[in-house]
Amino acid sequence: MTSDPAAERSAAAAPQVAAREPGWTAAIRDRVERTLPITELLPTRQPAYVGSWVYVFGVVTIAALVWVVISGVVLAFFGSAWWHVSSIGRFFNSIHFWAVQMFFIFMVLHLWGQFWGAGWRDGRARTWMVGVVIFLVSLVTAFTGYLIQQNFDSQWIAVNAKDAVNSTGLGGLFNVTNFGQMYGLHVMLFPVGVTLLVVLHIVQVRSRGVVRPIDDPAAADAHAAGSS
Amino acid sequence: MDAPAPYVHWGFILISVPNLVLIGVMLLLFVIALVAPFPAHRGSRERRDDQ
Repeated sequence: MTSDPAAERSAAAAPQVAAREPGWTAAIRDRVERTLPITELLPTRQPAYVGSWVYVFGVVTIAALVWVVISGVVLAFFGSAWWHVSSIGRFFNSIHFWAVQMFFIFMVLHLWGQFWGAGWRDGRARTWMVGVVIFLVSLVTAFTGYLIQQNFDSQWIAVNAKDAVNSTGLGGLFNVTNFGQMYGLHVMLFPVGVTLLVVLHIVQVRSRGVVRPIDDPAAADAHAAGSS
Repeated sequence: MDAPAPYVHWGFILISVPNLVLIGVMLLLFVIALVAPFPAHRGSRERRDDQ
């Protein structure tokens, strides 16, 4: 049996023609690898124009969301009597409240930055729309949070809000005076929705990279290439 | 703490002073973010032409 080392090296160095495997799992894997390589998902370098504090707003929003979820899990674990009566409970209640304030403040600042920077350019319209949906779902999540504080403030909000919700016709499905329904929505459905949408938003941003500034000369070329 | 917040009433605009102050702080923060220099780490950032 003979072998030719040169031929083997040549064969190894030749470009491999990827044989497409059958099946939907292989198709999904190929699509993920093609649209979102790991070097784009976890980059070590960024374009020069990313060096601005405006791009920090989105990251701070995510950091606030992490604190909202952590403090929310603690509050759900110990219950409303604990977060009203004990000092450590009130401490976590305050962390949850102020983390939500930070989440909304920096989400709006991030929104301003993307709006005036036209962040939807060059094929990023879906990224922008998912951000809009995150904002709307976050509003409903925060609203249900105010409703389940178990204090006079939440009762006042619920009694006033029921008329507004009923006027939209949603009162049959969304009873804001029903604590159990609002609590279930606030600790399960809406937080999971917001978190999944934020993950999708981040993946969308990483798959296309950060949009070029409007006054960047190369932005016009990228726009022409994207719209052609 | 239990007292209601003072309100600013200007034409059809009615807003509490805490909310007005917060909006002002956010606007100030946004302007600062636009003009404040961003600290750069040597070699950590580069211009990519593939985007």
